Amino acid sequence: MNFVSFILRRIILMIIVLVGVGCIVFVVSRVIPADPVGAILGGNAPVEVVDRMRAQLGYDRPIAVQFIDFIQGAIRLDFGVSLRTNRPVMTDIMEYFPVTMELAIVAIFISILTGVVLGVLSAVYRNRWIDQFSRIFSIFGVSMPVFWTGLMLILVFYGILGWLPGAGQYDWMIELDNPLTSITGMRLLDSLLQGNWHAFWDAFRHIILPAIVLGLTATAIIARITRASMLDVLKQDYIRTAKAKGLKKRIVILRHALRNSLIPTVTVIGLTFGSLLEGAVLTETVFSRQGLGRYITNGLLGLDYPAVTGGTLYIALIYCLANLIVDIVYAILDPRMRS
Amino acid sequence: MNIRGNLLDVSGLRVSFYTYRGVIKALNGVDLWMDSKQRLGVVGETGCGKSVTALAIMRLIEEPGEIQAGRVIFDGTPLLARSPGKPGTRFQSQPLEIEGKRWKERTEEQMEKVRGKELSMIFQEPRSALNPVMRVGFQMAESISKARKISIRDADPHVREMLKTVGLDANRVIQMYPHELSGGMAQRVMIGMGLSTNPKLLIADEPTSALDVTIQAQILELLDHLAREGGNAVLMITHDMGIVAEFCDYVMVMYAGNSTEYAATKDLFNDPLHPYTQGLLKAVPRVGRIEELQAIPGTVPDLVEPPTGCRFHPRCPKATNLCSTDQPLFHEVKPGHYVSCHLYLNPKEDE
Amino acid sequence: MKSFEKTQTLKPYLDDLKHTLYLWRKSHLTMVGSVIIGLFLLVAIFAPLIAPYSPIEQDLSKRLIGPGSQHFFGTDHLGRDIFSRVIHGSRTALWIIFLVSVISTAIGTIVGVVSGFFGGVIDEILMRITDMFLAFPSLVLAMFIAAMLGPNLTNAIIAISLVGWTVYARLVRAEAIKIKSMPYIEAIRSVGASRLRIIVLHVLPMCVSPILVQMTLRMGTIILTAASLGFLGLGAQPPAPEWGVLVSDGRGYLMNQWWISTFPGIAIAFVVLGFNLLGDGVRDMLDPRLRR
Repeated sequence: MNFVSFILRRIILMIIVLVGVGCIVFVVSRVIPADPVGAILGGNAPVEVVDRMRAQLGYDRPIAVQFIDFIQGAIRLDFGVSLRTNRPVMTDIMEYFPVTMELAIVAIFISILTGVVLGVLSAVYRNRWIDQFSRIFSIFGVSMPVFWTGLMLILVFYGILGWLPGAGQYDWMIELDNPLTSITGMRLLDSLLQGNWHAFWDAFRHIILPAIVLGLTATAIIARITRASMLDVLKQDYIRTAKAKGLKKRIVILRHALRNSLIPTVTVIGLTFGSLLEGAVLTETVFSRQGLGRYITNGLLGLDYPAVTGGTLYIALIYCLANLIVDIVYAILDPRMRS
Repeated sequence: MNIRGNLLDVSGLRVSFYTYRGVIKALNGVDLWMDSKQRLGVVGETGCGKSVTALAIMRLIEEPGEIQAGRVIFDGTPLLARSPGKPGTRFQSQPLEIEGKRWKERTEEQMEKVRGKELSMIFQEPRSALNPVMRVGFQMAESISKARKISIRDADPHVREMLKTVGLDANRVIQMYPHELSGGMAQRVMIGMGLSTNPKLLIADEPTSALDVTIQAQILELLDHLAREGGNAVLMITHDMGIVAEFCDYVMVMYAGNSTEYAATKDLFNDPLHPYTQGLLKAVPRVGRIEELQAIPGTVPDLVEPPTGCRFHPRCPKATNLCSTDQPLFHEVKPGHYVSCHLYLNPKEDE
Repeated sequence: MKSFEKTQTLKPYLDDLKHTLYLWRKSHLTMVGSVIIGLFLLVAIFAPLIAPYSPIEQDLSKRLIGPGSQHFFGTDHLGRDIFSRVIHGSRTALWIIFLVSVISTAIGTIVGVVSGFFGGVIDEILMRITDMFLAFPSLVLAMFIAAMLGPNLTNAIIAISLVGWTVYARLVRAEAIKIKSMPYIEAIRSVGASRLRIIVLHVLPMCVSPILVQMTLRMGTIILTAASLGFLGLGAQPPAPEWGVLVSDGRGYLMNQWWISTFPGIAIAFVVLGFNLLGDGVRDMLDPRLRR
């Protein structure tokens, strides 16, 4: 019962926070810019055009009314129409969000795999070369700017080696020969579901580099935490017992030590999801992927207010949901919640 | 080369720990030996190196510790054969000659085969010695499965039987997690685990120190009974002279990393030779005693800068000048009774 | 007699300081970090003296020259010397770090102190507001604010500060709560110490150490965020020699004139690395458990 009330409290909290988020977004997008419409159309636009657009956007009404409209719209997930694509913002989001999601999922998958392996090896072979390498890698991993790493990898793997494509989500020539219908909006998944192997391989080649770049920071952090956690676990009495039982070293590590050491790692994974969302913005720009991050960025540069408000709110929502899930998972794992 | 025990013979064991505080010279040449089916008690104050000795025998000493020298022969095979290295190196593996053949110490893979099978160990804090995320039954099955080379599933009936033997409800306990057990139950599990492979030698590192007094007696009785039936030798590490008196046939007293006295239990209690042993016995309450308990003055020495010569000399009421300069040899003074003390040593004697 | 007493009372602090310096020297990584940051500071301060060319002067006759003895990092598409631009970029970076740190620490400390010290409804409200700011991935929020204010360096600084203050708020709040309930605070309140006095003289000094650690740890993040904003065009604007902008400049020429993007990025990574190492070291040094 403790558990259920805990979750309920968290959900209510999240809703309050989202309301506040809406306020912040509203304030920043409507109140701060001196003349949003003028900014969009430029200084030389004739007054009638400006006025018409203002009416169209609803910016001519009192702020309070605007706010209420905004909140109402937000609850219905109606953010208006994008100034650039002329489609409802929500439609745009629905098309672009899965792309970002796909990238984030692949990135986190790679990060967890690489990070945990590096962390475990680092702890088991403490102070040997794998440890030194892993620690240096970790330190660099959190220091390098994502966008620069992306560019450098494109330079190497596309420019110099030519192994991987440098931009985009798919090759249009392959798409022509092997057309893909969009089910989830995630190319990897869709192509798998339709058994379209050419499209799958193509999508994979396009996603692997951005996913590695995006996950770099997360990998570094996960490796570090796994190492620390593993070192801690290896000092425990039950590891000594396992060795005294004559179990092979590999079994001791994989069966006895690993499960215990992954508990802090799991929490960290949840936290790194946030950094992935941010990184997605930059990675999508660098790799020219049509995801939500790029949508927002272009919207910001092009002063597409509806798109920006909608996109930012949506990302905040996803972020909050992700944090909520992490809290729940942690509550499940934490033994205090169990009994 | 003198081998004194037919099951276990430890000689000249030196172990150091390299820490930020300095080099802790934990073991300074420990000797002990056992015959099969014997019970040896290793007694001493906390910090004297009893546990380190046990871990060294099992070759479970890890960073930052290192076994620098010594010879451990178990059941005819050398588990350890090292001598101090030349300056610049830490130690070197020194082949031994036993019965005309040359042996090197066992490799780590060979050690893994011996551990948990012929040579078993149980620890002081049973609940933290068991893996918290695994069920008890599984952990017990692991030992049996490894020793008999059967699958974990096939080990199940053996596990149940063992649990019954140690006096636990097999059906309940097999599913439980360590934190759900009481201290006594957990230690029974550990004993079960330790004896399930019928080892030639079971090392018990203070198995009752963390338990209630009433449970202590039960556990000791269980251990006594099982070991007697199974014919397992037991090396009992403890700081409790009472346990020694009850449980062990022979005793080895340790102080600050050295063997100070060895004798049959009765002989030790009736005729303690080493001043340290005498001090220990004076500090133990006994039925029928009238004199006051006396503590040994002073405290356990710092092992980074241990006292010169005999490590006990600063606290010894009978110390002489020789004691502060020369380390006494561990020497047979009466039949079956060994001491390392200048009071009994003929300086001209050599080994 | 008096000076002897003084040195005697000072002795524990001096010993502590000596031990801190000893720990600092012993940790190689922290030393490396300190050296890097020291270098960074020197370069930033003496930028005009070190840079061989002007960072903004264009010379179209010298476009797209590769790294060499004349131009260590090559030139860009407008003939500007990249080395000089990177050097001057360190000034921008330093300026950004300084301002953002000061502003976000100020905001965060005020919020934290008020929240922790006064508690109750004020605390709840302020903490909810903090949560709201934390509900965005920080870069996204910074981008949003910067874009709305109008993309330029000043606004970028404001934006990053508005995103980063939450850490300090929570920290200071935790300290304030801890100290508020200590018996000696009750004691001095009973003799009439005003709340302001307590805050300034007792709460804030205890916060200095954790704040300093956080500041050092966050400096790397600040640079990364600023560079990201610059890269996206939402922060410093060309022709300003901000490192993120420099990387973005080279994007169109990546394949053949790789040096335009590469060197500024290395500068960013280098300095962030320095701050991370230093921050880790500072944290380890001040952590009482690890001090031995």
